[in-house]
Order: sequence, then C-alpha cells, then structure tokens
Amino acid sequence: MVEYALKGKPRYWIWLGFLGVLILIAFYFWNLEHHIGAGRLLGLHRDLTWGLHIGQLAFFVGAAAGAVMIVLPYYFHNYKEFSKITILAEFFAVGMVLVAMLSVFVVMGQPSRVFFVLLHPTPNSIIFYDLIVLSGYLILNLICGWTVLHAEYKGVKYPTWLKPIIYLAILWGPSIHIVTAFLLQGLPGRDYWLTAIMAPRFLASAFSAGPALLIVLALLAKKLTGFDVGQKAIDTISKIITYAFIINLLFFGFEVFTAFYSGIEHHKAPFLYLFFGYEGHSEYVGLMWLSMVLALIAVVLLVIPSLRRNETALVLACLAVIASIWIEKGFALMIGGFTPNSFHTVTPYKPTFPEFMIAVGTWAVGFTIITVLWKIAISVYQSKEKGVFIRSS
Amino acid sequence: MYNTNKVIVGIVVFIIFFSMPFWLNFGKVKAFPEIELPTDLKECVESREYMRANHMKMLLDWRDQKVREGKVYYINSKGEYYLMSLQRTCLKCHQHRGHFCERCHITVSARPDCWKCHKGPEEIDCSECHTPKEVKRWH
Amino acid sequence: MALKRRDFLKFLGLTGVAGIGATLGGVLIGKGEHILKEVQTSGKVRWAMAIDTRVFKTEEDFQKVIQACHRAHNVPSIPDPLREVKWIWVDTFERAFPTIENQYISDDIKKRKFLLLCNHCDNPPCVRVCPVKATFKRHDGVVVQDLHRCIGCKFCMAACPYGARNYNFYPPREFLKDINPEYPTRTLGVVEKCTFCYERIDEGKLPYCVEASEGKIYFGNLNDPKSSVREAIAKNIVIVRKPELTTKPMVFYII
Repeated sequence: MVEYALKGKPRYWIWLGFLGVLILIAFYFWNLEHHIGAGRLLGLHRDLTWGLHIGQLAFFVGAAAGAVMIVLPYYFHNYKEFSKITILAEFFAVGMVLVAMLSVFVVMGQPSRVFFVLLHPTPNSIIFYDLIVLSGYLILNLICGWTVLHAEYKGVKYPTWLKPIIYLAILWGPSIHIVTAFLLQGLPGRDYWLTAIMAPRFLASAFSAGPALLIVLALLAKKLTGFDVGQKAIDTISKIITYAFIINLLFFGFEVFTAFYSGIEHHKAPFLYLFFGYEGHSEYVGLMWLSMVLALIAVVLLVIPSLRRNETALVLACLAVIASIWIEKGFALMIGGFTPNSFHTVTPYKPTFPEFMIAVGTWAVGFTIITVLWKIAISVYQSKEKGVFIRSS
Repeated sequence: MYNTNKVIVGIVVFIIFFSMPFWLNFGKVKAFPEIELPTDLKECVESREYMRANHMKMLLDWRDQKVREGKVYYINSKGEYYLMSLQRTCLKCHQHRGHFCERCHITVSARPDCWKCHKGPEEIDCSECHTPKEVKRWH
Repeated sequence: MALKRRDFLKFLGLTGVAGIGATLGGVLIGKGEHILKEVQTSGKVRWAMAIDTRVFKTEEDFQKVIQACHRAHNVPSIPDPLREVKWIWVDTFERAFPTIENQYISDDIKKRKFLLLCNHCDNPPCVRVCPVKATFKRHDGVVVQDLHRCIGCKFCMAACPYGARNYNFYPPREFLKDINPEYPTRTLGVVEKCTFCYERIDEGKLPYCVEASEGKIYFGNLNDPKSSVREAIAKNIVIVRKPELTTKPMVFYII
C-alpha cells in the first residue's frame, strides 16, 4: 500500500517539497533557540510563558478530536453515508494530533529531557496525562485507519480484533482535548482559564473546527483527485458543525456573563483587554472583533439551509469557522490567560517571525502526514472503483 | 553473485569507512591520557580505583541526595565526612576540569552535560593554550 | 433464545477488563490524591519568613539584600526588563497586593516598597503541575527546584500566581560578571527561583537575604512558638499575597 505514496503527479512532489522547506526553516529556528536563547528569538517573556505554540496545541487537539464526530456515527450507529470519509477522518486525526504533540515539544526548554515525563511519572501533573492521551490517540488512529484501509485494499472486511480498538479510539478522542483543557482550567492564578466550562468549550470548538477543516480538505481532495466522499456525508457533517459552533459561541457568551455580571475586576480584565483594551493596551482588539465577525458570517452561512448546501458557501463558512476558532483558541486563549499578569498589569505579547515559522513548520509536518496518508487511502479506493487490484511488488 | 564488481567495491568502501577512526588516528592517541592531579591533597573522597569506576554514579547519587533528599554530608569508606557538592568538594581540588575531567572524557568520547551549569574556580584562561574552536568544542 | 455460552464468556471477559480498568483508574486517582496530600508539609519544621516592610527605608537597604542573594547564587543580570531573572526583587504595593489595593489607603503604604520572592507556599500550585517533579516540596516546607530535572515546559510559571518564577530566556553565563565558584550557574531553558537557601539552612546558616538584611527579615521555624518569625507574626499585623487563592504562602509582610 505504501507504494501509492511513492508515485504521484509532479504537483504532489512540489507540494511535499514545499512542506519540506517549511519544516527545515522551522527546524533551523527551533535549533537556534537552543543556542542563542528564546529571549532573542521568540516573543515570550516573564509574564507570558505560553504563547503561540501552546495555542496551537489547544487548536489542534480540537481539530484532531473533531474526527470523532465522523468516526462515532459510522462505527457506533452504522451511519453508512460516512463510509468513505471515515478513513480520511482517521488519517486527518493522525496528522492533527501530531501537530499538537510537536507544538508542545517545541516549547520545551530542555528537549533532550522530554523523556523524563515517562521516566518520572507524576500522576498529579496534567502534562503527564496529556502525553499519554495524545500518544495513545495517535497510535490508535494510525492502527485503526491503516488496518481498515489495508482490509479495503485486500477486498475483505476488517478483522474483528480491530472493533474494540476502534471503540477505544472513539472514546479516547474527547479525552485529548479534555485533558488539554484541564492543563489550563486547574491553575488558580489565571482568571481567564479558571472555569469549569473550559473543557466543554474545548469540546464545542473541537467538534466545529475539526470537521470544518476536514470538509475543506475533503472537498479540496475531490477537486484534485476526483474522490467524492458523498454529498450526504458533507451535508450531515455541516449540520454537526452548525450545532457545535453555535454551542461554542453560547459557551463563550456564558463566560462573558459570569465575568461581567459578577463585576470582579480581575475576572473582567482579560475580556476587556482582548476586546476593548485595558490600562492603555489594546493590541488585539482588532483581531478579536475580526474573530467575532467571522463567527457571525459562519453562523449565517451555516444556519440557512440553502447556503449550507451550496458548496462554495459551505467552504467559506468552514473557513470562517476555522479562522474564528483559531483566533479564539489558537491565540487569544493564551493571551487572555496571562494578561493581566500576576501583578494585574498588562505586559503585551507579540509573536515574532521565527516563532510563527516554527508553528508553520509543525503545521507542515501534520499536512505532510495527511497528504501522504490520504494519497494512499484515495489511491486504494479509486483503484477499487476502477476494478483494478494493484499488487504490491 | 549478481553485480559482483559493484558489491565488492561496496564492501571495500564500507571497510575503509568504518575503520577510519583507527587508521586516521594511528600514532596520535595515547591509551591513557595525561591528567593533571591536584597538588595539595593526596587523597580523594574515595580511593583512586573506586573513583575511576564509580565517580559518575557517586556524583549522581550525591546530586539526588543533596537536592532531592536534603542530605548534606557523605561519609566515605574511612568514616570521613565530605560535603556532597561538586562545586565545593570535587572542584575545590580538581580546579581545572579541562586538564583533569575532560582529558579522559574526550579520549573515550563521554560528554556529560554537567559543565553547562557547574563551573569550577578555573583560574586559567583556556585560550592561552587552545584555539577558540577547540575551546568551543569542548565547552 | 437462551444466552449462548460464547456470548456469556465474552460478557464475563469484558466485565473483568472493565473491573480491572476501574480499579486501576481508582488506584491511579487515589495515588494522585495521596501525592497531593504529601506535597503539604508534614514535618516538624516549617520554614517561614516575615519581612518587616516598615524598616526598609532606602534603596540601599533593598539592594544589599537583593545583591547578597543574586551574587551568591550566580543570578544573571539580564538587561531585557521583560525577561529578567530575579529571585528576590522590589515592587510596589499595587503590584504586590493588587486585590487589596485601594485608592483610599494611607499614603505611607502606597509609597512603600515590598520585597517579593517565592512564597514557598504550603499548598503550591507549581508543585502540583510539574510533570517530572523537578519542583517539589520538602518535608520542611521548602519548595525546591531541581535544575537537573527541569525540562523547561514552563507549566510551573503558568501555575504560579505570584510571578516568582524565572525562565532562562538568555544563556545566563553571558550576563554573569563574577561567578561564585561555590554555587553552580544555570543554563538556557530551565526555570529557577528563590530556594529559601535550603543549602544553607541545611548547614544551620541563615539565608543570604536574611543575613544581609541585618534584622529586617525574620526567618525561622513556624512550628516553634519561640522562633523569631513566629513572634514577629504574632506581635504585628501581617499580610500575605493573594490569600484568596489559599496557596498558604509562607512569606509574611509586616505592615
């Protein structure tokens, strides 16, 4: 099956080459950081120690877990319409969770000591569980996706020993972003994060941003390879995204209510800083309102059925969902948590170009995996449709 | 055998490449490097043989006992008390790690990363005898 | 139709796995709780510090204390104010106690400066979150930072409500003029903070800052009713930073 990944049109290799260049640039900057110091390369500082990269963790664990919204109906409830998109969803999850894991890895100040997390297990630390659930999800999805695909390739049904692993993978999915939310919501000094609704917010944004990104990529695959996952599948997923996204916005509204109705100054402060400016600093006001406008556009495009069924409008809506949630979870979440700082003043944070390129490099790794695995999967399905059984040499 | 010529050439190249460390360094490396022993004290915390075999284990032991368990003194096999400290005990006598610790380490290609944080009273300026490239490589 | 034997065996197997899984999960959770209980002080000695803010008058008073600590511990002087490393430093009342700050309190308090450092809390959030136990609480209450084990994830810095922890954003040796050979430096990419000079109190000496303060800072065993710190707290009005978070800090400020 792997031979499908080794044969491709020039555009396949150009795309992989481009991603490779991004990965090399990211690796260069990451390596440089450990020689000259993060202070000379990144925008992080004493009052804001988790910035763009942990934000990417928050966003991409959501995207990875979003695959559960496709895999669950197919395996638990025999929703046959998802038969083609399930394999794409599982491989999508593999790529996304890899981005999430890499995003954490690039944050470590002593990367050679990362395995201490396994050598000195600490059950009271959430990072310990994060490592376990992220690695587990990666392995489970890889096993499930590959085995099902291989069975498809051979023209048989997948083996029965896979069924419990599939069930485990589906139940494991929500755990990755619940644990990531727990990273944040158990810290007493960070008022923007110290809320029980952080985990439900992660769930809601996961189940909207993840499937949205999946739809965009699946429709792109259709354009490039002719592999059609089916209109019914796209329809159902778009309905899931609609509900999940509205719930996500509602949850955010609940947060705003608690912060402002309670009137507690340091509870309101992060929201004020992000949306209106606080103590003379208003660096992200424009970005936050852009996120809100995108959210509104997405809701309108998704709620109206005729627009949701229109492919162009749906793609726009999905892109708006992804962008809105990326701003809110992938970026603003970190800033809100650390601003105002422990002294209740504002120390602004501006991610630098090297910092951004390291993040882009982690995305490139994820997309490389997705490209390669989807190429294999789509080739298997398309060769079956053509009635050709390609024997591996 | 198919492709006999290519295979034999490949084997020869392989042997040459992997035996490079031997014939490239022929005559240049001493079996045991010359290390500078401290001039004032004659005895280390433990005997020479013990230290040769166990110094790393002892240092790691000291590290965990001092930092993680809060113990202060080490009682050696003769019953003497020593402060468990790389800086205050070991490096007090073995002041210049480049002439003591690193001479053996470089020979056997052992690279403990203690020196990133632990710095002795090194009065000597390494650049007096070594090029900046050498200093950077061994630092 | 009657239950087939195979189905019954499958059911037994699944229940067995579920049961074991639940027990293990319970053990894991129990163990976590057990560890959480252990991080609170259990020993006879509990070190605490009381800083008499009334008697710190001049800039020199503060700098003597700060320099004593920073010089002895090879704390680098980073010129970048956003990324400096400071184990003990001076700050305003507004920044040290933002939740009790009020525009109507006395001018004297408003203008007073406070020495801030790691509070070595009794219920430390930083210890709870460290994934490798690089930061841990000793039986005598000191929150230790093991620089050999720190992986630089900065989780402890996110968890500390007091901004007392420092990440080495720059290679520290570049910003150290005179290195004290009795103490190590640190390296890039690890987190450091005040250690309550545990290496000194283990040898029966006082912390550098306490010694340099010449009586302005009290340090001792909070469990001993006759210790200087206990008396200082009993006889004066003291405040702590962010008490509402119930981290139970062990650094008291006499106002």
